[in-house]
Amino acid sequence: MTNKYSESLDSKFKETTNLGLEVVKEASEDRLMKLSVGPQHPGSGHFRFTIKVDGDYIVYCDPDPGYVHRGEEKMCEYRNYIQNIPHLERPVIHDSTNITYSYSLAVEELLGIEVPRRGQFIRAIASELNRQVYTLYWLAIYGIFLGHSTMFMWPTGDRELFIDLLAALTGARVTHAFNIPGGVRNDIPEGFKEKCLEYIKYFEKRLKEYEDIFYNNPLFRQRTENVGILPKQDAIDLGVTGSVLRASGIPHDVRKVEPYDVYNEIDFKVQYMKTCDSFARAYVPFLDMRESCNITRQLLEKMPESGEVRVKLQSNPKGRIGEAYKRVESGRGALSYYIVSDGSSKPYRVKISVGSFRNILALPHLLVGSRLGDMPSIYWALNYWPVEADR
Amino acid sequence: MTDINNDINQTTSNLNIVEPDLKIEHSLYSQLSSEFKDKVRLVYTKPNRIKISVEPEHIIEVAFFLKNQLGLDHAESVGGTDYPDENVIEVIYHLNSYSREELAPIILALSTKTDRNSSYLPSLLPVFKSVEYHERETYEMLGVYFQGHPRNERFLLPEDWADIPPLKKEFRIKGR
Repeated sequence: MTNKYSESLDSKFKETTNLGLEVVKEASEDRLMKLSVGPQHPGSGHFRFTIKVDGDYIVYCDPDPGYVHRGEEKMCEYRNYIQNIPHLERPVIHDSTNITYSYSLAVEELLGIEVPRRGQFIRAIASELNRQVYTLYWLAIYGIFLGHSTMFMWPTGDRELFIDLLAALTGARVTHAFNIPGGVRNDIPEGFKEKCLEYIKYFEKRLKEYEDIFYNNPLFRQRTENVGILPKQDAIDLGVTGSVLRASGIPHDVRKVEPYDVYNEIDFKVQYMKTCDSFARAYVPFLDMRESCNITRQLLEKMPESGEVRVKLQSNPKGRIGEAYKRVESGRGALSYYIVSDGSSKPYRVKISVGSFRNILALPHLLVGSRLGDMPSIYWALNYWPVEADR
Repeated sequence: MTDINNDINQTTSNLNIVEPDLKIEHSLYSQLSSEFKDKVRLVYTKPNRIKISVEPEHIIEVAFFLKNQLGLDHAESVGGTDYPDENVIEVIYHLNSYSREELAPIILALSTKTDRNSSYLPSLLPVFKSVEYHERETYEMLGVYFQGHPRNERFLLPEDWADIPPLKKEFRIKGR
């Protein structure tokens, strides 16, 4: 990795690690200062990383997650397939429909059941609305991270609209436990479609205002453009996902490449950019929100007027012996579950692979060589949710 | 429950007429088996999923072949499962491709097994950069030491963790 810092530094101070990073030699450590960022840092959110700076250039970065590790995977082995749902959504309560979505898909494969068509639509609608809730929350924090307090207030306010819709649909504001193996917990309430279309119309108008006040703001652009470049090949090698991947020019979205439930009937574009910088990583989720409005509208129109929304399961269902690997596109990228069943009513092993955990691998590669002042805009543009990464 | 299933199949039959055609999955395996003969064992194929099993001593060459010849360029997930009855720990790499569009929906599970009491496996870090943190997590959760990985050390668990790796089956949650 070459950049302004490593070019300015004399080559006798440099060495290349076995991971391909150019770092300052141990012998010249007296030039460096070690800083600990988080977990008490107001923006990092239960996540700590240590950095070393030379002047205000970052020369070393070591992420240290785990402050909110709950042992979700171990807990799954003690509860049956249905009891697992409420605790599995805890790692990311703002996107709880998506984190239980791929779990439900995997369990359905093991139980050998198929969700009724109306149930599939309601699921997809709930997950699109939930994606908006999550992305707005992320955007609000990104705004305040960079000192733009309007961008904190607006998304936090508009998020309430989607929370109201989800509360009407599921009965809870953030932790819905709505997706279950076999469908969704309940049918949509009366007047939901009209209300939803009205909100989306209003929200699309607001998105234009977001663009004007935030994304076209020269200060924001200066702080993010050409900052933290993640080239296409590096993005592939590091295996990043979601908006981070799409900002590096790869149009990969699980909803498109491996459509689940009814997504193959929906006409939408995968939003991506080719500039590979922090601005692209901040702008792709915004484009996703706009596309998500379009998807929700189509889902509402195509949904069957009536029908079952779930398959009634027998109590304490037993999975067939085998394994399942299912993934969905969450607000932070591909979210997959690998479940092994030994034929009993409890899963033998559950492995959760989340976008946040995959994306922090890019953090040292982006921070090393950049300036300390760019750290907030690089870190939060990774669309990283610490609690989800720790599980 | 079977009745309900039948009903659904009737009502939605127009959607599910597409028979799973496992052309890509089978072609992946035939390329592997022509290269490695009986070193690679097929566990299953189902729509968009294929699982193969190899011995630890062959895993690096198989992984290089998967990356360079077949284009599976990153790992989505690395996980281990403990089987105390067979005295093994199975480690599985779920591989996927960003660079080859036709392989994007496919997940290839590359599995290998190691002894439960002395768990050593070659690290795939020289092949896939993306496994760095996943292997570290597998090390602390299951005690599998990855030879060649620069940092087999604590990652998610507390700094003062002094118990056995928690995803081993003999580790019990208190009160359960």
